[in-house]
Amino acid sequence: MLAFLIKRAANAIFVMLSVSFIAFMIFRFVGDPVELMLNEQATQSQRDELRSRLGLDQSFIAQFATFVGNAAKGDFGISFRNQQDVMAMIAERFPATFELVLVATFISLVVGIPMGVITAIRRQTWYAETMQFVSIIGISLPSFVVGIGLILVFSVLLGWFPAFGRGETVQIGWWSTGLLTHTGRMSIILPALSLSLFQITLVMRLVRAEMLEVLRSDFIKFARARGIPARAIHFRHALRNCLMPVVTLTAMQIGGLIAFALVTETVFQWPGMGLLFIQAVTFVDVPIMAAYLCIVALIFVVLNAIVDVTYAIIDPRLRGADK
Amino acid sequence: MESALRKRALLAGALAVTLVGTGAAAETLRWGAQRDIVSLDPYSYGDSYTISFLNHVYEGLVRYNRDLSIEPALAASWEVVSPTVWRFKLREGVTFHNGNAFTAEDVLASLTRVSDPSSPLKGNLPSYKSATVIDDHTIEIELVGAYSLLLNDLTNIHIFDKDWLVENNAEKPTDVSAGVEGYATFNANGTGPFKLESRTPEAQTILVANENWWDKPQHNLTRIEFQPISSAATRVAALLSGEVDFVDSAPVQDIDRLLAAENVKVLERTDLRTVMLGFNRRETLVAGGPNPMNDLRVRQAMQMAVDMDLIHEKVMRGRSRNAGVLVAPPIPGYSADLDTVVPADPEKAKALLAEAGYPDGFEFDFVCTNESYVNEEQFCQAIASMWSRIGLKPRLDIGPTAKQTPKRSNGQADIYTIGWANEPMLDSYSILIQMLHSKGGNAGVFNWGGWSYPEIDRLTDAAAVELDREKRLSMQTEALKIAKDEIVMLPLHQQPMAWAVGAGFKDFPQFPDNKPRLWYVTK
Repeated sequence: MLAFLIKRAANAIFVMLSVSFIAFMIFRFVGDPVELMLNEQATQSQRDELRSRLGLDQSFIAQFATFVGNAAKGDFGISFRNQQDVMAMIAERFPATFELVLVATFISLVVGIPMGVITAIRRQTWYAETMQFVSIIGISLPSFVVGIGLILVFSVLLGWFPAFGRGETVQIGWWSTGLLTHTGRMSIILPALSLSLFQITLVMRLVRAEMLEVLRSDFIKFARARGIPARAIHFRHALRNCLMPVVTLTAMQIGGLIAFALVTETVFQWPGMGLLFIQAVTFVDVPIMAAYLCIVALIFVVLNAIVDVTYAIIDPRLRGADK
Repeated sequence: MESALRKRALLAGALAVTLVGTGAAAETLRWGAQRDIVSLDPYSYGDSYTISFLNHVYEGLVRYNRDLSIEPALAASWEVVSPTVWRFKLREGVTFHNGNAFTAEDVLASLTRVSDPSSPLKGNLPSYKSATVIDDHTIEIELVGAYSLLLNDLTNIHIFDKDWLVENNAEKPTDVSAGVEGYATFNANGTGPFKLESRTPEAQTILVANENWWDKPQHNLTRIEFQPISSAATRVAALLSGEVDFVDSAPVQDIDRLLAAENVKVLERTDLRTVMLGFNRRETLVAGGPNPMNDLRVRQAMQMAVDMDLIHEKVMRGRSRNAGVLVAPPIPGYSADLDTVVPADPEKAKALLAEAGYPDGFEFDFVCTNESYVNEEQFCQAIASMWSRIGLKPRLDIGPTAKQTPKRSNGQADIYTIGWANEPMLDSYSILIQMLHSKGGNAGVFNWGGWSYPEIDRLTDAAAVELDREKRLSMQTEALKIAKDEIVMLPLHQQPMAWAVGAGFKDFPQFPDNKPRLWYVTK
C-alpha cells in the first residue's frame, strides 16, 4: 500500500510539473505585459527598465526555474495588474466559485436523478420522450448561450432574478458566503442553473441506463412477485443500486465544473476564480494565469488521487505493487 | 413576480431609510462598468480608466471643467516664476475625507511618491525635478527644463494626505517587481466630491457624497455603486432590467435596441481617439526587398485608394467621423483648415503607383488587432480589399492586441493600425512627441515605422519650451500640417462612443475623452 501511495504522489508531482511547464510555454505567446502595464506617455527606457525588473528579459528556463522554486513555497508573486498577492486574490475568489459549483452539483442531482428514474420506468410515454429530447439540447448548447438566454427571460422579461453579480455576502472567517442572504440566494440561481444544465443531462442519462439494467435483475422480479408497491421498488430498491457510479461521476466532475465555471462566471459577472483568470488573460497577467492553472491542475490531481486510493482500498486487485 | 417586485420595493425602502440620516433625498447612481478598476491607488498603474474613476475620490491641483479646459482645483492660482519654476497658491480650507487639513506638505509628499523611480506613473509627469514648500499654502515646482504642458500633466496627478501615507507606511508607490502590496491599494483618502465607502474587487465599489467638499456641488447624487460587468450582453441586459442605470460603453451593435427601449437614454458622440494607419519607413519591407512606401507617391496612392465614406457608412454604421488630420477637433492644435478628407480616387491612385514604378503593386504585411478599436477587424478587411483593387497585395494579419503590439513596436509590420487620443494631457503635443517625432531619448516611443522629419522634430521641441499658448499651438498645427502633407500617418476616423443611462437623469454630460465625470450629474 505504501509503495502504491508513493507511486501516486510521484505521478501527481510529475503531472503538476508538466502542467506548469506547458502553461509557462503558452505565456510566451500571449504577448508582452509591459506594453499593457505602462501608459502611452511612458518612454522606451522606462519600458526596458520595467521589463528587466520583472525578470522578463531573462531566458525562458531561468524564468521557469524561479517560478517553480517560488510556487513550491506557495508563493505565486503579485499580480502585474492589481499589484496584489496572487494567492490572496485566488483565496478570496475561491469561495464564490466553490459555492457556485456546489449549488450546481446539488441542482444536477436533485433534478437529474428523478428525471433519470422517470425516463427509465416510463419509457414510451410522451413526457419521458420530451425529457430525453430536451436533455439533448442541454448537452449541446454552449453555456454562454444558455446563460444569456436565462438572463433574457428571467431578468429582462420577468424580472425575477438579478442578471449579474453575487448579491450581498456574509463573511465567516476567511470564507465569504452568499447563501445566507436573500439577494445572495437569488443571485446564485441563474448561474448555478446554467452551469448545471450539462451536468443534469449527464446524471439523467447515467441513472436511466443504470435503472434499465437494474430493473431487469432478479431481485426486482422477486420484489414485484412479493407485491411490494411499484414506487418502493423503483425508488428504494432499484435506485439505491444505481447510485454508486453517480456518486463517483459527480465527485470527478467537481474538478471539471470548477474549471469550466469560467464561462458562466464571465456571463454572469460572478466574482470567482474563472472571472479572475479571464481578466488576467486580457491583461497578460502572467502570475495570476500561472497560479490559476496550477491550482486547477492540483484540484484535478487531488480528486483523481482520492478516487484511485479509494478504489485501491475497496478493490485489492488494483494494488499492483503489493503482490 | 409580484412578490419579487414587492421585495425589491421593500429593499429600496430600506435603502432610503438608511440614507434619510444624510438629510438629502437618496439619489443613487448604479454604474455597470465595462471592467473593474485595477486598484484604489491612483499611482499604481498607468491606466486612464482607473485614474478617471479615482478622480471622484482624489483630486489634482488643477482639473478639467465641463468644456475640457483647465481650471483651478486644489491650487487656487499659479504663476510662472522662471521658465523652469512654477509657483502654486493652494486652496485654503480644504480637508481630506479623514478630516486632515490640506497643505503644501501633502502636495510635496504626493509629487515625491509619483516621481519615485519605481512609480509606474512617473511617465505622466515627465518634466518634474523637485518641489519646495514655501509656506503652508504655497509650493514651488521645479522642472528639468522649460515645459509648457505642466498643467495638463497635473490634472492627472492626484493628491494624497501626507500624514495618512506616513501612518500607513505608503509613502512609496506599490512596486510590482518588489512583490509588495500597498495600503493605498485597498484604501482611499482624497479631497474629492465622493468618498469611498467600501470596495470588493471585481464585485462592487461604493462611493458616497462628500458633504464637506470644498466646491459647491453641481451634482445631487448621494451614492455611486460601481459594478463591473465585463460581458457586454449582460451589461445591456442589466440596464434594460433596471438593475443598473449607467453603462459607460454600450456596444455599437446594441445601440438601436437601446434606443428603442423606453426606460433608457443613449448618449452618443465621437471619441477623441483618432484611428490611423502607420507606415513602415525603414529601408526594407518586413519580408525583405526595397520599401516602396518611402516614396510619397506610393503613400498618396494608398490614401486615395481608401474610400472613407464607404467605411463610415457600411462598417461604422454612420457613427464615426472621418478624419482629415491626426487629431480630433477638441484637441488644442487642431485646425479646421487642415481637416479635409482626401476623396477616394482609385484611377488616380493606380496612375500614381505606376508613376512611382509599381504598376503591378507590391506585397506587404498589414497588421491589425481584432479588439483595440471599434469594428477594427471589419475596417481592416475593407481597407485591404480597397488596396487590392488598385493592384496592391496586402497580407492581412489580425490578432489580439497583446499579441500584435510587440510586432508593431518591433518593426515587424509594414502597415499597422494605431489610435491616439492624446491622453492624458489632451493636447496635440502628445502625438507630436510620442509618435511623430524621431525616435530617441524620451521622444518617438510610438514612432513604430522609424521615420524622421527634422522639421517636425524642430517644431515639436520648440513647442515644448514655448510658454505662450497661442505661439505654441501654431507651431504644433504647423507640424501637423507637415505630417498631413507628407502622409506620415494615414488618418481614418474618430470612432463612435456610446453611453446609456436610465431615463431618470436630468443632466448627464458626456465627455469626448470617454471619462465619466459624475460630479456634474443630476438625477
